[in-house]
Amino acid sequence: MSDMHNPTGQTGRPGMRPGAAFGRGGPGAMMKGEKARNFKGTMKKLIGYLSPFKLPIVIVFVFAVGSTVFSILGPKILGKATTKLFEGVMAQMAGKSGGIDLQAIGQILLGVLGLYLVSAFFSYIQGWIMSGVSIKITYQFRKDILAKINRMPLKYFDGTNHGEVLSRMTNDVDTVNQTLSQSLTQMITSLVTVLGVLVMMLTISWQLTLVALLILPLSMVLIRLIVNQSQKYFKQQQEFLGHANGHIEEMFGSHAVVKAFSGEAKNIEKFEGINDSLYSSAWKSQFLSGIMMPMMNFVGNLGYVGVTIMGGYLAARKAISLGDIQAFIQYVRSFTQPISQIANISNVLQQTAASAERVFEFLEETEETPESDEALKPAKVEGAVEFRNVHFGYLDDKIIINNFSAKVEPGKRVAIVGPTGAGKTTLVKLLMRFYDVKEGAILIDGKDIREYARADLRRMFGMVLQDTWLFNGSILDNIRYGKIGASEEEAVEAARAAHVDHFIRAFPQGYQTELNEETTNISQGQKQLLTIARAILANPPMLILDEATSSVDTHTEVLIQKAMGVLMKGRTSFIIAHRLSTIRDADWILVMDHGDIVEQGTHDNLIAAGGFYANLYNSQFDKLESA
Amino acid sequence: MIRLMRYLKPYLASIVLIVALLFLQANADLALPDYMSRIVNTGIQQGGIEDSLPQAMGGNKFNMVLQTVSPEEGAAILGAYDRFEPGSEAHQALLKKYPNGESEPLYILKKIDATTRSRLNALMVGAISSRLTGIDPSVVTQMGVQAVKGEYERLGMDTVALQTSYILSVGGLMILLTLLSVVATVIVGFLGARTAAGFARDLRVNLFRKVENFSFAELDKFSTASLITRSTNDITQMQMVAVMGLRMFFYAPIIGIGGVIRATGKASSMWWIIALAVSIILGVIAVVFAIALPKFKSIQKLIDKLNLVVRENLSGMMVIRAFAMQGEEEKRFDKANKDLTGTMLFVTRVMVVLMPLMMLIMNLVSLLIVWTGAKEVALSQIRVGDMMAFMQYAMQIFFSFIMLSMMFIILPRASVSADRIAEVLATEPSIVDPKTPLVYGAEFAGTIEFKDVSFRYPGATDDVLSKISFTAKPGQTTAIIGTTGSGKSTLVSLIPRFYDATEGSIMVGGIDIRAVSQEALRSKIGFVPQKASLFSGTVESNLLYADENASKEDMALALEISQAKEFIDAKPEGMGLEISQGGGNVSGGQRQRLTIARAIVKKAPIYIFDDSFSALDFRTDTLLRQALKASLSQSTILLVTQRVAAIKQADQILVLDEGRLVGRGTHHELMETCEVYRDIAMSQLKQEELA
Repeated sequence: MSDMHNPTGQTGRPGMRPGAAFGRGGPGAMMKGEKARNFKGTMKKLIGYLSPFKLPIVIVFVFAVGSTVFSILGPKILGKATTKLFEGVMAQMAGKSGGIDLQAIGQILLGVLGLYLVSAFFSYIQGWIMSGVSIKITYQFRKDILAKINRMPLKYFDGTNHGEVLSRMTNDVDTVNQTLSQSLTQMITSLVTVLGVLVMMLTISWQLTLVALLILPLSMVLIRLIVNQSQKYFKQQQEFLGHANGHIEEMFGSHAVVKAFSGEAKNIEKFEGINDSLYSSAWKSQFLSGIMMPMMNFVGNLGYVGVTIMGGYLAARKAISLGDIQAFIQYVRSFTQPISQIANISNVLQQTAASAERVFEFLEETEETPESDEALKPAKVEGAVEFRNVHFGYLDDKIIINNFSAKVEPGKRVAIVGPTGAGKTTLVKLLMRFYDVKEGAILIDGKDIREYARADLRRMFGMVLQDTWLFNGSILDNIRYGKIGASEEEAVEAARAAHVDHFIRAFPQGYQTELNEETTNISQGQKQLLTIARAILANPPMLILDEATSSVDTHTEVLIQKAMGVLMKGRTSFIIAHRLSTIRDADWILVMDHGDIVEQGTHDNLIAAGGFYANLYNSQFDKLESA
Repeated sequence: MIRLMRYLKPYLASIVLIVALLFLQANADLALPDYMSRIVNTGIQQGGIEDSLPQAMGGNKFNMVLQTVSPEEGAAILGAYDRFEPGSEAHQALLKKYPNGESEPLYILKKIDATTRSRLNALMVGAISSRLTGIDPSVVTQMGVQAVKGEYERLGMDTVALQTSYILSVGGLMILLTLLSVVATVIVGFLGARTAAGFARDLRVNLFRKVENFSFAELDKFSTASLITRSTNDITQMQMVAVMGLRMFFYAPIIGIGGVIRATGKASSMWWIIALAVSIILGVIAVVFAIALPKFKSIQKLIDKLNLVVRENLSGMMVIRAFAMQGEEEKRFDKANKDLTGTMLFVTRVMVVLMPLMMLIMNLVSLLIVWTGAKEVALSQIRVGDMMAFMQYAMQIFFSFIMLSMMFIILPRASVSADRIAEVLATEPSIVDPKTPLVYGAEFAGTIEFKDVSFRYPGATDDVLSKISFTAKPGQTTAIIGTTGSGKSTLVSLIPRFYDATEGSIMVGGIDIRAVSQEALRSKIGFVPQKASLFSGTVESNLLYADENASKEDMALALEISQAKEFIDAKPEGMGLEISQGGGNVSGGQRQRLTIARAIVKKAPIYIFDDSFSALDFRTDTLLRQALKASLSQSTILLVTQRVAAIKQADQILVLDEGRLVGRGTHHELMETCEVYRDIAMSQLKQEELA
């Protein structure tokens, strides 16, 4: 009942919500969004999520209905005051004594005041409870999604980019939240309002109700007409906006290329073309979505005028009181908005279902195979690793590792070499069971790694990758990530062993220095040293190292070499090797190409064999020319 | 904000028209309650009788009236009426309308103008009041109307029809006004949409043009990411504001002020209700936003924090699992999630109070109006219809204030966007062509000469390069090596004038590069930037970017030299292979090879490779360098790299250390003489491989 007494109808629940002052309004407000593939199923699941909140939701419904009913009663009773007033005036005019009964009017007004107060109070209680419920559900959704991320097999993320997962966590959850906190109660209040107003109107006058209802089909047709058109242009606009923004991103991002090839004029010309198409769809979309409200107001005003005329006619025949006309005018005003809201309900529900579906889809993805209950508890790990007839492929129909077998004794160094894109990290992923082998087995100290709990297995390995992963937190906490609960002394000890201690002390806050979000406040080399310190602190029996140090200066590189040397002492190590010295010093070399292990052996054996490795090795020294 | 206003200039006519139409619309909207009050006051209450001057009177009544006024006044009244004697034809005709007047003369009002009418009306009222003493004079008009109605009824006139026709005629006017208003609205919507979209279009293209002409100094100043946001989000924001602003910003004050004028005109004694209500509403909005706004800001931060943890969990998936830290991560996330949830709940609940509160205030105001109005009506100060109209005006005024306060919430945000756009538009590129550029002759030798070149980034305190001098000759390969941050990339980016040297000069082909046009200079250089970026399109369209007129053969050759032929041939689409934005659908090494091919298509006398082989494996790297050497034997080649192995064959190696040229010569010479070079080489190769 938001727009009582409002002749122009410039109103509406402005749809305030945290984060965006204009809620779901804007040009897309009346858009038909994407549709859920399985609407019913998704809604069932969503209701399932809501079931712990059954009681609060029932209370919300009761209060919403109560609030609406009370506010609907208002105008009719207020109208009585006007009628009393009018009757008094007429009496005065007729020269009768008594005149206007101010006391009676006052009593009526007090009654209405009570109604309005109760209605506002109910409405607030309803909003209070519902926002609590929807935010708790949002919290739960996010929590579930994150937990899910950590239970998903890595394989899932091969085909899904991170942005997509992130968007489910933010946008989709947000859409669901909005629907729950706003649209749900809005639907109820709209329905109750329409029904209630209809009843009130009928109690006043069926003739006036008929006039008021005449505007319904008109407004329906108008909505449909405008929405269909504006949707078309809105889509076009979004598409061209995407083109324009894409072009901007692309060209600004490659400024060096543009400059180097003097492509400025060409780019501008292309951009002007895109921009003009954007303009012509933008204004149309803007125009059509912009006249939606005025059109609805127009229809509302027509109803208003119609009721005034008809009411006047009836009043002249004493068939209706003036107060009733006033009340009726207010009812007509509060009729159009809930109707357009009801008209939009199916869109809102579809949108919500589509979002909820994406969330549920993610939550229902197959997880990593569960651990066996009788998982082996690793005792002391020697570090003997055996690959026994391993077959593996990322895709089921595309096996890339065919029947690979190798035995690594404890404490030995294994170098993994191969050209870029040869799949060197595949072996690492198999060792740590990020992926499971298709056939064959990997054994550690003679036990199939699948017999261990994943967490236990992974703790056997220390990992220092090229893609150093540190999180937004203190340096100390980042080092301690390797061993939660380690003392500060232990962490400092590890940092010292990793030659990173003096770097850290150079910061004003020392070990308490916060790494910023993009961890740009320390250099790439320092990051790598920190990850080494982390691995040293974890003290694993086996190691996985990636020695690519492409963007590190010479001095730091020497430090990293030394630190890795410290780390590898006495541990079985798998090294993704880039440096010839490392390769040649390795006890065993695995040569990879196109995802498969094409050769294995010692350096001398492999050179003597004159195969892929020999070719690769020689190429670095320009012996190719002479060959 | 104001700085962008000039971009609205081309749309000035539209804007003026919009304002005019909004005036029209506002007046139409404001007139509606007025007409409604007429229907109530005159149509219903007075039975369609507008005033005390009857349109017809019987002879008796007329004489009664004449007796109560002075002779002069009587003459005036007489002059306004036509007299029809019973029995005359005209009288017969009139009897249809006044069937009971057959036995007396009928006086019918002539067509008179409004001033005469109101003067005569006053006379009639005076006539009535003189007969009735002790009655409040303000009620007299009503009495007069009653008297008129009484006379009509006596004459047998159909008063119901009179009333109906009055209501219908006023109602007709209302419909006309509504139509007028909607037509105005649609035109305003049309003009507004075109203006806003046009404004955004102009800003967008101007911004794009500007940035395209920026040198790297300006690009660095803003950062690429920021320039992208400014050209996309900020401009979209401006369009939104423009479209809303054009409507609301003008309409709200018009309707607000107009509403106040009309409302006080209806019932001047009740103005304080409006003042009270408006100040309460504004107060509530201000308080709610004062509480909620700081929290809104912190919500954004908390969302960022939450997203950060998720992103970290996604990017660090392997590490997290390697350390089996899922539980810890979930705790970390839970903290961020709880923080966000708590603040969201607070803000939502503050905002939830706003709607019921506003509704309540408005409802209370209408109650107050009815109560105060009732008292006024009782005192005959105003009429019921006036009170009803007043109520509607009050609502119109509130909404205009709510609209305005909305604008004031949007405006600060919009003005941030506007300033960010204006800032870019106001920046002039620091590198411009000379007024009368020299031109290169037909015989061009790609010699590059640095003379005591120093460079520092704008605003920096230290030189990135200092006093660099060297010459690179055609047919030779000059390699540049050094640790990260030693200034290698900066050095080569001075050659195509991405930046201008702070001191010293650079000569290309014997002419100072600042003396020729940028385009002429760059046409001589095939530049492969460190970041291998391709444009969306196909392999072919990317190669054509270097030279629109390149033949298929040229392109095929370039692909062959750059070692890209093999993988392109392996694709069924060949050179038609689609490249997604940024080249994400080809591997890093393939992308690098394609950017090299693109430079080769240009057939430039000078080639600069800025660490362009980093993603290639050693084998491809070697093959590529051999092919380049063979096919670009006439060109000047500059090669920035970190790999010693890759430049052992170079004719000349420049060693940079902290912006200084610390060594120049061949590999063997530098191994002997340059310590920095030796260090770098040692860390990469084993002793015996260095010889």
